[in-house]
Amino acid sequence: MRSSQDSRAPLSLKTAAVCGLLFMHLPILLIFIYAFTTEDKTYQWPPPGFTLKWLGVTWNRPDVWEAMRLSLKVAAISTCIALVLGTLSAAAVSRSKFFGRETISLLIILPIALPGIITGIALRSAFSIADIPFSVWTIVLGHATFCVVVVYNNAVARFRRTSTSLVEASMDLGANSFQTFRYIILPNIATALLAGGMLAFALSFDEVIVTTLTAGQQATLPIWMLEELVRPRQRPVTNVVAMVVFLVTFVPILLAYYLIRDGDHVSGQGK
Amino acid sequence: MIHTHTLPDNKGLMAKLSDLFWRRPWVLLLALLLPAILWLGIIYIGSLVALLVQSFFSIDEFSGLIKYELTLKTYLELLRPANLDIIVRTVTMATSVTVAAVVVAFPIAFYAARYARGRWKVVFYVGVMLPLWSSYLVKVYAWKLILAKEGILNWILAKLHLGWALDGILSIPVIGGNSLSVSYIGTFFVFLYVWLPFMVLPMQAALERVPNSYLEASADLGAKPSKTFWSVVFPLALPGIIAGSIFTFSLTLGDYIIPQIVGSSRLFIGQAVYSHQGTAGNIPLAAAFTVVPIVIMAFYLWFAKRKGAFDAL
Repeated sequence: MRSSQDSRAPLSLKTAAVCGLLFMHLPILLIFIYAFTTEDKTYQWPPPGFTLKWLGVTWNRPDVWEAMRLSLKVAAISTCIALVLGTLSAAAVSRSKFFGRETISLLIILPIALPGIITGIALRSAFSIADIPFSVWTIVLGHATFCVVVVYNNAVARFRRTSTSLVEASMDLGANSFQTFRYIILPNIATALLAGGMLAFALSFDEVIVTTLTAGQQATLPIWMLEELVRPRQRPVTNVVAMVVFLVTFVPILLAYYLIRDGDHVSGQGK
Repeated sequence: MIHTHTLPDNKGLMAKLSDLFWRRPWVLLLALLLPAILWLGIIYIGSLVALLVQSFFSIDEFSGLIKYELTLKTYLELLRPANLDIIVRTVTMATSVTVAAVVVAFPIAFYAARYARGRWKVVFYVGVMLPLWSSYLVKVYAWKLILAKEGILNWILAKLHLGWALDGILSIPVIGGNSLSVSYIGTFFVFLYVWLPFMVLPMQAALERVPNSYLEASADLGAKPSKTFWSVVFPLALPGIIAGSIFTFSLTLGDYIIPQIVGSSRLFIGQAVYSHQGTAGNIPLAAAFTVVPIVIMAFYLWFAKRKGAFDAL
């Protein structure tokens, strides 16, 4: 229990905390303002005027749609692979103790513990050694590798909270492993998997460091944006794309939060 | 198990498999682990090992082709002043970003862990989690907008008549430059911004675990709040701080996009790796460069483990 003098923070602490929070959010707000500016040659502030024109222009851009489709496709496939690999290994690691358990955890965490460029370069050189041409699948290989940990962390946290007696009861009543999984385990871990899947999707959707190295000519939406960042050619369209990318990742993140807020915390920070 | 004998023997494949899993748990364990081991072991570890092996090859200076003989020549090349500069620059940046992240993140984590209640708790939690997960490139892009010459920061400074202060800071040799977007200070701010949430969350988790009774005991024994902070709160929060610093440090070490978009044209490790494998085609040197962050992080993780930082993750 907390004592009464503990409940009021010193003003300086409160100010520093709120300023820190603002520091994390104001830059993102800026993206929303710039998406509607009438200025199209510079990053002028304050915007000389506001318009909805660029939303329409972006809507009619086939290259943006192409990149968007590729990003969604890669994120969807990678998330599915990560869900399978992450759930299975989480079940193994949390249900039993075995030789090499720590190694398995390390193996799963490594792709996000090491800087992304290492994963990227390693995969790229492996593709060239094995003569694998770049395609959607080379991108997926990279993405799924670092998405596994997100699903895994969420699933492990949930498995630890789920009691094993339910599983034993189900088996005692004559259900086989698959029925037990379908009717007992899956309903128990479903929200954790959904949350892990959403975060994996968000992670894959906006990943760029590994993607630039594992994509050939294909441009995912972040790669499209990166090109614009390095050599700005169509600022208004980039502004709108930035806003869209933010919103597409924002929704699954928020959903994930509401799915796991009771009890579990979001694990597996890191990209 | 008794029921396996009482049931009829002509069971489906699923049931047979299920029985096998029950009688031989290791089969189930293997079935659960095999997909992940195959995927990560072959694709990820395989590529990583292949990369490391290549760092022991060298490039022929005349033909530009890779010589497939084991040598340490490529590693010696890392010690050239130009390459050493890149390493020192990157490590210095990673260190300053980490220190700054600790300073900026601490009040947020401290307030969220010990004072925020009810709705404010949610605001702080979501307020840190959203920027953590939201798009990396969009965040970098936002800073390109902020730091642009005609952008909001210069506008605010001009309104406050503080343009001279910025000019003063930019005239500092090495870290300054023509404008914020082409100086190390600019790079620093973007790094700090992008990795800050990675510091706040583990810190907050560690602070939440400090029992209130400890603080009361410390106060009862006559310690002033500052003494309590430095002798009780800070040491207990340290594992969380180290856990957060693993992220800020590692992510800065390996990043090649932020310094490319905001910063002077001088290279960081990530950019060096990228350019050596790309246009230069010098895979051995690129591979040797990637070994630098791997070695640094290995030491860092070893140190963090000793300090109990992994329990704070």
